Amino acid sequence: MSVTDVAVQESLPQPRARRIVNDFAIQAATVNGSGSQTANMVLLRSIFQMGVPVSGKNMFPSNIAGLPTWYTIRASAKGYISRKKEVDFLVAMNPETAKEDVLTLPAGAAVVYDEPLKLHDLRGDVVFYPVPFDKIVGTITHDAKLRRLVRNMIYDGVLSRLLSIDMGQMEKALRKQMGKKEKAIALNMGALKAGYDYAEADLTKQDPFVVEPMNKTEGLILIEGNAAAAIGCMMAGVTFVGWYPITPSSSLCESLIDYLKKYRKDPETGKATYAVIQAEDEIAALGMVIGAGWMGARAMTSTAGPGISLMAEFTGLGYYAEVPAVIFDVQRVGPSTGLPTRTGQQDVLATAMLSHGDTKHPLLLPASVAECYTMAMDAFDLAERLQTPVFVLSDLDLGMNNWMAKPFEYPTKPHDRGKRLDAETLKRIGEFARYRDVDGDGIPYRTVPGDGMPAYFTRGSGHNELAQYSERADDYANNLDRLARKFETARTLVPKPEVEMAGKGGIGLIAYGTTHWAIVESRDQLKNEAQIETSYLRLRAYPFTPEVAQFIDRCDRVYVIEQNRDAQMLSLLRMECTPAQFAKLRSIRHYIGLPIDGRSVTMELLNQERAEA
Amino acid sequence: MSTTPAQPPAAPGKKINRIGLEPVAYRGGKTTLCAGCGHNAITERIIDSFFELGIDPTQVIKLSGIGCSSKAPAYFLNDAHGFNAVHGRMPSISTGAVIANRKTIAIGISGDGDTGAIGIGQFVHLMRRNLPIVYVIEDNGCYGLTKGQFSPTADLGSTLKSGVVNDLPPIDTCALAIELGASFVARSFSGDPKQLKAILKAALSHRGTCMLDVISPCVTFNDHEGSTKSYSYVKDHEEPLSDVSFVPYFEGIDVEYNPGTTTAVTLHNGSKILLSKLAEDYHPTDKMSALRLLHETTARGEYATGIIYIEPDKQDFIDLLGIVDEPLASLPESRTRPGKAVLNEIMESFR
Ligand SMILES: Cc1ncc(C[n+]2csc(CCOP(=O)(O)OP(=O)(O)O)c2C)c(N)n1
Ligand code: SF4
Repeated sequence: MSVTDVAVQESLPQPRARRIVNDFAIQAATVNGSGSQTANMVLLRSIFQMGVPVSGKNMFPSNIAGLPTWYTIRASAKGYISRKKEVDFLVAMNPETAKEDVLTLPAGAAVVYDEPLKLHDLRGDVVFYPVPFDKIVGTITHDAKLRRLVRNMIYDGVLSRLLSIDMGQMEKALRKQMGKKEKAIALNMGALKAGYDYAEADLTKQDPFVVEPMNKTEGLILIEGNAAAAIGCMMAGVTFVGWYPITPSSSLCESLIDYLKKYRKDPETGKATYAVIQAEDEIAALGMVIGAGWMGARAMTSTAGPGISLMAEFTGLGYYAEVPAVIFDVQRVGPSTGLPTRTGQQDVLATAMLSHGDTKHPLLLPASVAECYTMAMDAFDLAERLQTPVFVLSDLDLGMNNWMAKPFEYPTKPHDRGKRLDAETLKRIGEFARYRDVDGDGIPYRTVPGDGMPAYFTRGSGHNELAQYSERADDYANNLDRLARKFETARTLVPKPEVEMAGKGGIGLIAYGTTHWAIVESRDQLKNEAQIETSYLRLRAYPFTPEVAQFIDRCDRVYVIEQNRDAQMLSLLRMECTPAQFAKLRSIRHYIGLPIDGRSVTMELLNQERAEA
Repeated sequence: MSTTPAQPPAAPGKKINRIGLEPVAYRGGKTTLCAGCGHNAITERIIDSFFELGIDPTQVIKLSGIGCSSKAPAYFLNDAHGFNAVHGRMPSISTGAVIANRKTIAIGISGDGDTGAIGIGQFVHLMRRNLPIVYVIEDNGCYGLTKGQFSPTADLGSTLKSGVVNDLPPIDTCALAIELGASFVARSFSGDPKQLKAILKAALSHRGTCMLDVISPCVTFNDHEGSTKSYSYVKDHEEPLSDVSFVPYFEGIDVEYNPGTTTAVTLHNGSKILLSKLAEDYHPTDKMSALRLLHETTARGEYATGIIYIEPDKQDFIDLLGIVDEPLASLPESRTRPGKAVLNEIMESFR
């Protein structure tokens, strides 16, 4: 430790007595491919195991190794789990971004950094802790490759000391992370200890941030949305999966494959009760799903925006031929090299209206890992009940980051296989007409090949009730009207929104998906800092259920908050609004590729309120 | 292929097959294609083949892409479920459908545009997978439904009615299919009913991907002088490799043949294909020789017809997947939703 380092620590701006307990964000800035993922997960888990609510968000590049990544861990005694706008504690390991990372910190933040980066001259209003990582790692192993892998574990040790994160919990988390690899565990434990010892001997605590044990995570699990969705799909009894790899959706199908392999082998024959096909592209992936769904299988695919674009034509066919299909869209931003590893809610309109001609599709909007699980099951039931493609709109933030949740409950409802013609029904309805609205809900009866029931010919939009080819105007219009009726039935079946009214209504907020977590925090900020009580409706599906219009009616004005540039959900709402409702709608949008945060919502809402006044 | 033999009493004077059905049970809607279109002749042979093999139409699925050719499934086997998909994408629909119900018998109808242009990607991957399906290209060298533009199987130097010359080389779908892994590859001609029917019956008895390129003249847009897919051109340049005869297992006849001049191929269900050589150097079970033969006949401006390549024992995609014997589509919830203990175990792993 050099003299200058001591000098830096002596010029501290913070009064030493202030303590900030369980309410701050740590950011580790590393280079991807450097093994930082393990170090970050261990850090996240340790805090979680100490009973403190946490959330972890990985901001990573579309690259395998060598580009900057940032992992942010938020500890929040109050349980806020959206991204925190400011970083309080930086671990600067990446020479390329270190300078900017430091310069963007708020005053009063702290920085652990790799000593040779010499960051301490950059500013005088943050605390610097230089750590000679290379020197320390040299004492742990001589193997250059291993050094690279455990180097990041050293900062966990340093933070354990500086932030009072229990070393016992660190070890437990490490074991959880590494499984049975005893050698690797020993090596990483060495690095953890070395970091801790260095901090104990050479660093003096100068920042206010501390982790203290609580009991707010007891019984909870930590899980990524994609894994949660995969479990939901397995419980939904999926029998066919067609997919094409794409970030951030790949891990959904990959986890699903792991689970299916383990839990869906026939106990007697050992054969698979499912098939997973990696298709040649997303067109084929959805084509296979539609083929399987037409045949009567529970079939799904999972993709992201670029795949959605390719699936357009088949989605329209699925809509008109009335074939069940479940499509997960784990949203990311932009086509081609457009930030494939950043998050957003930018496929709302694209999926709601996907394809050409008059088409519209139900969307499910999970906000949590628990909903990834339950809505996966809902999606299969709805797709078969409504005989149509159903989208589940997750996003990168939800799908690929770890979230706390109560353990998922075992489903109580049996699978809903929808209206399948059987001998009894045939007797009751007299004649089989594939596209006839027998029950008045717009949903016809279907048969599947091999079920012994009458056959029909499946084609696009040009058919009559009997599924015969027709280009007659009345046949076409009647069919369109029936499909619209079916969409009205969908309105009665999709998950209802969650509504919290403040008094008569006042200022209302509408949000959906992961935006929810920023709203939770923003509403508290508005109440505590600006004395504004807000009503809140969290959308859980499209088509909108009647609660949505009622909510708008009861509020004075309503902010629709979402993570895209053009207010896509607002546009969908406007399509169904009365002029009076239309006039009440405002918009707050966030589209920087990073998850939305509560502070940004609060600031923007207050801005607009000032303009309103 | 599952076919249920039955011995129904033959009604006097009525032609019925081994499962007691009359030919009419294999017919479909009335064709809306042009009179004289090659596609109609292929439809007739498909009807004959299914009838003669005594396949239960309700166990069949018929699929297609988009084009005049792709309308054909509406004209045969009314009692089979049909799926007229989107342009060039019938392979993916078929793949999902056949995997979802492995007991089904799938026949897919495509065009040379539907396969060779927009659908070439899905075609390539279908062939690679060796999915059990009979895949028929009704090949007229042009786009019929969009009024006569060249397709990718049009020969170099052939002309449109308007006189426009095709200056790109054709895709040989047979060579491609062999190269990619299809286990039954044949070329035939809609104007050669005997050969076509024998090939179709053999294909319907093979397990794996059967790729049939059937030259099928478009009388409206591509039957003129200068076309190499016209009736007269193909009649003059057809080069049958062998006389194809098909002996289904249920006829149980001990066929006699001369092994010097006839190749016999036994299929998985015991049916036999007899190929009595007309061409020298015809070895339909040898991939390299099949490819050489195709290239040589093409270079001479001829269409080699017949079963060009067959690999009777190749593992098909369904076997490869290791799925249960029952159709995936009809597995009950008790077999597709794991129990509470499984969920608990998974939840435990995330604590
Ligand atoms: C995506 C898409 N692009 C274009 C078309 C228009 N289209 C319909 S049929 C066809 C060509 C069909 O040619 P082919 O497959 O050779 O069949 P044929 O009509 O000659 O039997 C085209 C281009 C379409 N239906 N879909
Ligand atoms: S246009 Fe050509 S391909 Fe189409 S039906 Fe007529 S003859 Fe057949």
